[in-house]
Amino acid sequence: MNGSAAHSRPVAATLSFAGRLAAFRTEGFPHIPVLIILTVVLVAIFANVIAPHNPEVGVLGDRFRPPAWQVGGTLDHLLGTDHLGRDVLSRLIFGARVSIIVGFTAVIFAGLLGTTLGIISGYLGRWVDQVIMRITDAWLALPVLVFAIFLAAIVGPSVSNIIIILAAVFWTRYARIIRGEVLSIRERDFVRLAVVAGCSKWTIMRRHILPNVVNTAIVLGTLQLGVVIIAEATLSFLGVGVPPPQPAWGLMLADGKKGMMAGYWWLTVLPGSCIMLMVLSANLLGDWLRVKLDPQLRQL
Amino acid sequence: MKRFVLKRIGLALLSLFLLSLTIFFLIRITGDPAVLLAEPGASKADLDAIRTQFGLDRPLWVQYWSFITHALRGDFGQSFYYRTDVFELYMSRLPASLLLAAAAMAFSLLLGIPTGIIAAVRVNKWWDSAGKMFALLGLSMPSFWVGLIMILFFSVYLGWLPSSGSGTILHLVMPSIALGWVFAAYNMRLTRSSMLEVLGSEYVKLARLKGLPEALVIGKHAFKNALIPVITLAGINLVIMVNTAIVVETVFAWPGVGRLLFEGISFRDFPVVQANILMAGTMIVVTNLLVDILYAFIDPRIRFER
Amino acid sequence: MTGPLLELRHLSTHYVSARGTRVTRAVDDVSLVLDQGGTLGIVGESGSGKTTLALSLLRLLPPAARFVSGEILFEGEDLLKKSDREMRRIRGKRIAMILQDPMASLNPLFTIGDQVAEPIRVHEHASRGSAWGRALDLLKAVRIAAPESRVREYPHQLSGGMRQRIVGAIAISCEPRVLIADEPTTSLDLTIQAQYLNLLRDLQRSHNLALIFITHNLGIVAKMCDQVAVMYAGRMVEWGPVKQIYNSPAHPYTQALLESIPRLGDSRKRLTAIDGQPPDPSAPPAGCAFHPRCPKVMDRCRTEAPPEFRVADLQTSRCWLSAPGSR
Repeated sequence: MNGSAAHSRPVAATLSFAGRLAAFRTEGFPHIPVLIILTVVLVAIFANVIAPHNPEVGVLGDRFRPPAWQVGGTLDHLLGTDHLGRDVLSRLIFGARVSIIVGFTAVIFAGLLGTTLGIISGYLGRWVDQVIMRITDAWLALPVLVFAIFLAAIVGPSVSNIIIILAAVFWTRYARIIRGEVLSIRERDFVRLAVVAGCSKWTIMRRHILPNVVNTAIVLGTLQLGVVIIAEATLSFLGVGVPPPQPAWGLMLADGKKGMMAGYWWLTVLPGSCIMLMVLSANLLGDWLRVKLDPQLRQL
Repeated sequence: MKRFVLKRIGLALLSLFLLSLTIFFLIRITGDPAVLLAEPGASKADLDAIRTQFGLDRPLWVQYWSFITHALRGDFGQSFYYRTDVFELYMSRLPASLLLAAAAMAFSLLLGIPTGIIAAVRVNKWWDSAGKMFALLGLSMPSFWVGLIMILFFSVYLGWLPSSGSGTILHLVMPSIALGWVFAAYNMRLTRSSMLEVLGSEYVKLARLKGLPEALVIGKHAFKNALIPVITLAGINLVIMVNTAIVVETVFAWPGVGRLLFEGISFRDFPVVQANILMAGTMIVVTNLLVDILYAFIDPRIRFER
Repeated sequence: MTGPLLELRHLSTHYVSARGTRVTRAVDDVSLVLDQGGTLGIVGESGSGKTTLALSLLRLLPPAARFVSGEILFEGEDLLKKSDREMRRIRGKRIAMILQDPMASLNPLFTIGDQVAEPIRVHEHASRGSAWGRALDLLKAVRIAAPESRVREYPHQLSGGMRQRIVGAIAISCEPRVLIADEPTTSLDLTIQAQYLNLLRDLQRSHNLALIFITHNLGIVAKMCDQVAVMYAGRMVEWGPVKQIYNSPAHPYTQALLESIPRLGDSRKRLTAIDGQPPDPSAPPAGCAFHPRCPKVMDRCRTEAPPEFRVADLQTSRCWLSAPGSR
């Protein structure tokens, strides 16, 4: 009995796998966002090669020069200069470096910490779970931004501090969601089998649980990237993030306020546009990844 | 019901306890609290005086006990900059923050709900894509940048709106839009998904089976149900707005608690910063608790659970 | 009016996927007739197209659905040619339907009275007062105790059986000619099921309704219906009077279905279930859709889909075995 059904199943499976692979490559792939992210990453890596000027040193005589196409602009400063006569284009290019370094590192640290704690909490359960989840609750009670500002205010501004602060603030979101996933994975047959086979808890968590939550962690990380970049810009804008004279997009916006009332639009519009493009791209990529890798997260 | 409420209150208290513990220890792990509590540029003698005044030489648990008992009495110390009681200072700034948050909330609901409904009713059509794009933009633009761009456009170029300060209704327009923008995007997404869920429900199907005009199906049967999650979240969102308005209040020089926090950071006025963060955490935990309990009273299904 | 109350002529309703690449023949070339006051049972496994058929009659299909061909004649007029406005005046007023999950069919935020009175107010432009008066009568008709206080209550305050009967009251509120009941009893326990079926029967008699009963339960069909249509993979494989089909089913699928009903005093130790899975509706097998599971399969069944054969007076079957001269 069931001959045809049993026969057709593997065929259908291979077909749908091949189909899925093809769909993964083509269907709605966010070409432009990925291109933007890659460009920003490349610009960040080769900042010192591309940038036409030193981003931290300006010529005071060249203050508030508008972009090249406006009256008073020069080709030497394509996107104009700021209140200290520093080249905006060069600062934007080096700002990409700060955004990328802070964004990626903070997301990775937060992801490692949150995923580890989420797996431990979800798999071990009992009091370990209680302790970790109560701490998560308490940390989640504070709005990320306020928490980050508070931490930044007590440790003082520097790039490495910002990374640690953002990781410390953002891990809770991973822990919550990963724990939820682990709770259901724990009940699956292959985990039970591993328990029966006598694998240690550590081995099970590493070899059987971890690979099954990696997708979720990646999706969360991509979606967090934008939020983290905005958080870094906000901290820098408020003066508790990247310390001047280093070029960071948020810091540039804070400086840009000085020329805003005089109508020096480029100091406000350009850095903000960079943040927006980067965050928008990360969000679009994250949305796409979420649908592709992790259908359960669609509700997020 | 009683057990549910008690359990929720217990968990909330635990959250607050852990939060205070976190803040207390973070201050001590990351450096010398005396330096933070002293005015900038304090001498060695001043620092020693502060150590004795705040008992920083005593065992940690004694210090924590004194910290928490003072905080419970609303005693967060004196502001270095304003030379007044920090709690009073915070309370005097709160009304302005609430006003701004309320205006931002109104804006986010007025924009988010209709666009969410249109997107859900015209799902996968042009309107829906436009709505999605709007929501995505809302989530991708830092609120302070939205504020700056508005100042540039409406104050500097057009001269229509005041760029900073408070007092008139015109002063409220740009800050509330800048603050409400992200929440409008959230509300739009939430309204859309909840509306889609309701539109697929059996009672909406029945309303159509009854032969009701589509306007009545959506306006009466779907709308009210779809709004429940949005309104539920509005309460907690309001509190989050009050506590995350720091950037917007800074950009527009709005005299709320966010501006106070910024001043606290700029002037290294640590008691102000500490009070601000403790109040933020308390407000959010308490609001979450109230929403949970209120919800249990409203929805019988939650009441009988567990 | 002459002719039957409702007649389907070669109705086909297909679902087309977003990019138009996959077509699911949810209802394929279905023809049947229902007279005033008659009761038709539609049986089949889930996914056989029963619900799509019912929703087609009301033109309340999901956006992916397309009417490919055929006619739905109601009182002699083709429903597929009506405007949306005209169709809305038929829904709830001339043709009513009780959904699969009546428990979830009531809006939790409005009172019972409001929801029962709503179709009366919309279709007959009755005032609020007179509509609520009618609603009260309807609650009495479906045997709700203390209707005066119930009208002001909300759905969650009522028991499942009561909500079920209220959905029934809504369905008959405008005295429709046809009442479609889509598995209305699956969510109820057995005693309430029986009560509800009796109520539907009584309502049918008192209002001279034509009743279309969609179910996978052949026992209910035997009890309630005078005609039965058997659906398989979007096609109506057999149609005819209940007694005739139960005594001499022509289609092997119907035969298998009947053999799977437990009977009182049955001497056999176990029931014969039908082997295999129902086909994927978007990729049905070639020829007769039932052939992979059919115990009497012939070569012809694998390549050629059988047309409708008249087996006896009023009984049709889509099986090559029923072809003239093959028996």
